[in-house]
Amino acid sequence: MRFLFKTSYEQDIALFKHSGQTFWYGLLMLLLLAAPLLMSEYWLAQLSFVLIYSIVGLGLMLLAGFTGQVSIGHAAFMGVGAYTQAVLTSAGWPFPLALAVATVLSAAVGVVVGTPALRVKGIYLGIATLAFGFIVEEVFARWESVTGGNAGMHVKAPEMFGWELDTAGEFYFLCLALCVAATLGVLNLLRSSTGRAFVAIRDSEISAQSMGINLAYYKGLSFALSAALAGVAGALYAHKMQFLSPEQFSLIQSIDLLLLVVVGGLGFVHGAFLGAIFLITMPQLIAIGKDFLPPAIGQAAGLQGVVYGVVLIAFVLFEPMGLYGRWLKIRTWFQLFPFYRKGMFRRQKSFTKSDRLK
Amino acid sequence: MQVLQLLISGVAQGCIYGLIALGFVLIYKATETVSFAQGDLMMLGAFIGLAVMTLLGFPFWIAVLSAIAAMGLFGLMVERLVIRPIIGQPQFTIVMLTIGIGYVARGMISMLPGIGTDTHVLPVPYQGVVFNAGGLVMSAEQLVVIGSTALLCAVLFAIFRYSTVGIAMQAASQNQLAAYYMGIPVKRLNGLVWALAAAVAAVAGLLLAPITFVHANMGFIGLKAFPAAVVGGFGSLPGAIVGGLIIGVVESLAGFYLPTGFKDIAPYIVVLLMLWFRPNGLFGEKLRKKV
Repeated sequence: MRFLFKTSYEQDIALFKHSGQTFWYGLLMLLLLAAPLLMSEYWLAQLSFVLIYSIVGLGLMLLAGFTGQVSIGHAAFMGVGAYTQAVLTSAGWPFPLALAVATVLSAAVGVVVGTPALRVKGIYLGIATLAFGFIVEEVFARWESVTGGNAGMHVKAPEMFGWELDTAGEFYFLCLALCVAATLGVLNLLRSSTGRAFVAIRDSEISAQSMGINLAYYKGLSFALSAALAGVAGALYAHKMQFLSPEQFSLIQSIDLLLLVVVGGLGFVHGAFLGAIFLITMPQLIAIGKDFLPPAIGQAAGLQGVVYGVVLIAFVLFEPMGLYGRWLKIRTWFQLFPFYRKGMFRRQKSFTKSDRLK
Repeated sequence: MQVLQLLISGVAQGCIYGLIALGFVLIYKATETVSFAQGDLMMLGAFIGLAVMTLLGFPFWIAVLSAIAAMGLFGLMVERLVIRPIIGQPQFTIVMLTIGIGYVARGMISMLPGIGTDTHVLPVPYQGVVFNAGGLVMSAEQLVVIGSTALLCAVLFAIFRYSTVGIAMQAASQNQLAAYYMGIPVKRLNGLVWALAAAVAAVAGLLLAPITFVHANMGFIGLKAFPAAVVGGFGSLPGAIVGGLIIGVVESLAGFYLPTGFKDIAPYIVVLLMLWFRPNGLFGEKLRKKV
C-alpha cells in the first residue's frame, strides 16, 4: 500500500499522483503509439472507434457525471458536428478549419439546448434534450439540399495542407491525438475552479448557489463544452464512417451513449474510456457468443437488445459505479490485502424526497 | 368539416398518448421517478391480449381483463425485483434502469420465434364499425378509445383524490421518510403503483392495437407520451390526459396543414415551447424549496 504525503497544493492537483501512475500511463501511451505496428487493420479501425466514442463519452461524462445534467439527446450534438464536417470538407475546406467550425457550431447548439436547463431540472431537462434530439434528427432527414436526406451523404477522407489522411494508420493517429488532447483538456478543467464548480452544482445546486456559483453560466458552459466534445467526435465519426445518414444520430445512439457512461462509471474520467471499450467490443462479443447458442436464440433479431438491457440493469443494480468502480474495488482489495471489508463501497441508503421542492 | 374530422382523429390519438402519460404520471406522483419502459409495457400488454385471444381462444372481455390483470402482476414483479433495491437513488438511475427494462422487453418479444418479428391484428368485436353522423366519419375504434380513456381517468382521479390508498401514495411521493413515520407502508404502495401503471399501459395497448397493429416496436409511441405528460404538468392526472389531447390534436393538424416531416416533430416542438414558457406545465404545481 502506498501512502501519499502531500506537502503542497501543486502536488494535490498534479495530473499524475505518483511515479506508479506516470509509469503505467506512459506505458499505455507507448502501446497506443505502437498500435499500428501490433494490430491488424480491422482492430486498428475498432480502436479508432473506441477513441472516437471516448471523446463523446468524455463530453457526456462532463455533463452527466460531473455537472449532474442528464442529456438524452447527445447524439444530436454528434450529428451536428458530423454533418458540419461533411458539408465543409466536401466544399474543399481543410480538415482543421472544418473541425474548428464543427466544434464551435456544436457548442453553440449545446448552449441553445442548455438554456432550458437554467429553468428546468431532472427529468424535465431529460425530456427537453430528448425532444431536441428528435427535432435535429428530423432536420437532418428533411434538409435534403445540405444533408442529402435519408439517402445519406458521402464524406471524403480528412485532408490538411495537401496531406490526405486516407490510410487506417494515419487516421488512427489523428483520433489518438485529438483524444489525448480532449482527455488532458477535461482533466485540466476538472482540477480548475470551473471543474470544482461543476461538481458543486452536481452535488447540490442550492449549496453551489450559496457559495456564489453562477448556476446559469456554469450549466451553460457545461452544455457547451460537452456538445463541443461531441462535435469533435462527430466530425471524426463522419470521416471514419465515410457515409452519414440521419438514423446514425437517432435516439438509439443517444441511449448507447448513456449506456457508455453508466457502464463505464458515472463520475469518473476513466469511465468514459472503459465505457467506450465496452460499447465497441459488446457487438463483437455477441457475434462470437451467437455461435455457441442454440440457433433459436442465437439467430433471433432481438438478442442484442436483450443483452444490452440485461447488462444495463445488472450494472445499475449491482455495480452503480460501473466498470471503473469494479476496478477500484479490485485494486483496493489487493492494496489492503487481507483487510478488505465487504461494506467499504456500499451505497448509502437514502429516502426519496420530492424533487419538486428542490 | 375537415377540421372537425381532423380534431376527432387527433383526440383519439391523443387519448392513447394520454393513457401512456397516465402511467408516467402515476409512477411519478407516487415514487417521484420516471419510467421509460411505459411504452414497452404497453406493447407487452397488447401482446398478452393477442396471445390470450388467438392462442388460448378466450372470448374478448375475458381476454381483456386477463391481459390487464397479467400486466398488473408483471408490474408488481418488476417493482419487487429491480426497482425496489435501488429506491432512493437519484432519478437518473431509475431512468437508466427502465430504459434497460424496455430493451429487454422489446428484445424478448422479438425473439419469440414466428410471432415477435411479425405484425398482428388484434381481433376485436367492434372492428371496422363506422358511424356516419352528418358527414363526419367516426370509427368505433376511435369512440371506444375516447370513452374508455374518460372512464379510466375518472376512476384514477377518484382513487387519488378520495381513497386512503391514493392519499397515502401522494404522501409517499412528497417525502418517503415522513410517510414511513406516519405508518404508511411505502414499499407496498410502490409495488401497487407499478402494478397500476402497468395495468393502465395494458389498457392503452389493447386500445391502440385495433388502430395500428401489434408489433414489437409499437412501444416507441411511448416517446410521444413524454411531451403529453410535460405539457399537462408531470404529476397531474387530468393534466396527462389534457396534455395527450393537445399533443394528439396538434400532431393531427400539423400532419394536414404543414409540410411533411412536421407531423412527427410537432409534439417535441410543443414540449420545448412549453418548457421554455411554462416549465411546470398546464396543471403542474409550482413549488420552491426554501432554505
